Amino acid sequence: MSDNQKIYYEESIFPPPLVAGKHDFHSITEAVCGVVEKPLNINWLLALGAASTFLLVLLGTIGYLFWEGTGIWGLNNPVGWGWAIVNFVFWVGIGHAGTLISAVLFLFRQKWRTAINRFAEAMTIFAVICALVFPGIHVGRVWAAYWMLPIPNQMAMWPNFRSPLLWDVFAVSTYFTVSLLFWYVGLVPDLATLRDRAKNKLAFWGYGVFSLGWRGANRHWQNYERAYMLLAGLATPLVLSVHTIVSFDFAVSVIPGWHTTIFPPYFVAGAIFSGFAMVLTLAIPSRKMFGLEDFITLRHIENMNKIILVTGTLVGYAYAMEFFIAWYSGSPYEGFAFINRAFGPYNWAYFAMVSCNVISPQFFWSKKMRMNLTVAFILSIFVNIGMWFERFVITMSLHRDFLPSSWDYYQPTVFDVACLLGSFGLFFTLFILFLKFLPAVAISEVKGVMPQADPHWEGYHKDTEAHHG
Amino acid sequence: MANVKNWGVLAEFANPAELLHAAQALHDQGYRKFETWSPFPIHGMDDAMGLTGSKVPWITLGGGLTGLTVGLLLQWWTGSVDYPLVIAGKPYFAWQFALPVTFELSILLSAFGTVFGMFALNGLPRPYHPLDRIADFKRVTDDKFFISVEVVDPLYDHEKTTALLSELGGMNVQTVED
Repeated sequence: MSDNQKIYYEESIFPPPLVAGKHDFHSITEAVCGVVEKPLNINWLLALGAASTFLLVLLGTIGYLFWEGTGIWGLNNPVGWGWAIVNFVFWVGIGHAGTLISAVLFLFRQKWRTAINRFAEAMTIFAVICALVFPGIHVGRVWAAYWMLPIPNQMAMWPNFRSPLLWDVFAVSTYFTVSLLFWYVGLVPDLATLRDRAKNKLAFWGYGVFSLGWRGANRHWQNYERAYMLLAGLATPLVLSVHTIVSFDFAVSVIPGWHTTIFPPYFVAGAIFSGFAMVLTLAIPSRKMFGLEDFITLRHIENMNKIILVTGTLVGYAYAMEFFIAWYSGSPYEGFAFINRAFGPYNWAYFAMVSCNVISPQFFWSKKMRMNLTVAFILSIFVNIGMWFERFVITMSLHRDFLPSSWDYYQPTVFDVACLLGSFGLFFTLFILFLKFLPAVAISEVKGVMPQADPHWEGYHKDTEAHHG
Repeated sequence: MANVKNWGVLAEFANPAELLHAAQALHDQGYRKFETWSPFPIHGMDDAMGLTGSKVPWITLGGGLTGLTVGLLLQWWTGSVDYPLVIAGKPYFAWQFALPVTFELSILLSAFGTVFGMFALNGLPRPYHPLDRIADFKRVTDDKFFISVEVVDPLYDHEKTTALLSELGGMNVQTVED
């Protein structure tokens, strides 16, 4: 038996503790709340400054876009959907890992999720905010954006419910609302902890108002746990439906390369893949920066790398299957769309997509690579890039349509780039603020998975025996 | 102050095991208006306190059915009654295309029902509680475990209840004013 196998068998019989180091309930509170309660440090301010500079770039670009119109982007006649939809799908996809960690792993009783779920849920919400920016600004006449919602109006018009784009409005806004509620419900007990430790009036009132007067009564915990489980049960089909409906934006249209039944599962797998990569990109530096290594342990990183390997390979399978079906269908248009993707003018994007998404995760077959923080961090960046390119490759199918005389090549303008970079600014600004003002690890949940939280823990029985004896 | 009424008594317990044991004992003695307070939910506590199941799922179901109905009616009425318009030769209404929006609205209203129903059942937000007067009680959201018995419990007797809580391992047993 090799060493790896030995470790594997040992871990499956005696799983290592979820919280590393010597912690009791109080030290967990201290470790997590300490991050929030410490005075602002210069590194944090520098990070916030950098992120909010990019946010300003986004706001400036949006201002110019509203003034001038979508002509400032590189859109042309066959390519009517450019980076706006690429960025939209990219950000929605990133959000999905958060829901997967918080809801799906919860239903599967994967207790290791408790250390990273708060973090991942925050990522979900901020990513969906970034995503929602793009359909909001791409409509051209933003003052008519409310037409997307079924609001009674003086024109006596209603939205067209037969359009997948309208399904998307409902899917993404429901997703945002439910994720926000799920996150908030999880935060309430931890906000109460911060309220009870508050040293100044502002913190006491701020955390006090949002913790709603939570005091940890068991009758409250009973309803709370039930509600949490129900929300997890609701969020699980929701997250699958959201990316399915996002894929309908493409799949329901009659365009070669888009009109395929593989899109929904393929998009969902890709979303989970990119989302876990983003969790790693965020978790690896922040656990170090905020000293949370005892909570977000190497075991967490390794588990996430395994999920990246699985979903990356699934995505690779989808790429291969798309090609196969294009050939097997016998449709010359379908075949051309895929040959053009891989060998046409955008072959460089196709190559970037396949090498980042399919080849790079294969390193994670080795446990050594999965446990190596530097490797995991670098690969997570590759996956983020690759998944952006996946959406780019799909959208760019438009550049050679049915009429060769209208073929064109889409090139981004400086404003396309500014919108993409700016959306990262928005994302990181929100994330950096979150790390400082809210508990980044779910305090009450982590306490709940410690061995001493179980009233039948052997340590307590020794105690009581000693009492009686 | 002469006319101060008491709300109940509060006792601290060392760990979840003792809290569970004490809650079980109080319930066995016939106490009903008592509550345990802890930084995280404790496995088995609902049974020990003799609580019946949570009502949250019924509110979730109500929300879900409302969403389902609203979703279908909205799409049928806007598309085929109030603003019928032929688009791409598709029918004014068909359940197939109505599915995504109906599904999303069912989930959305179920989630509203779950979250707001849970807060409502718990009587939250509750800015003030008599226990807030007890300085030690602040640690309940950190690492302390408490049991409170309210005076409204028919079995409540100041001396006897206080003695019982100490006997069960309660530390620092103190009276809570209303």
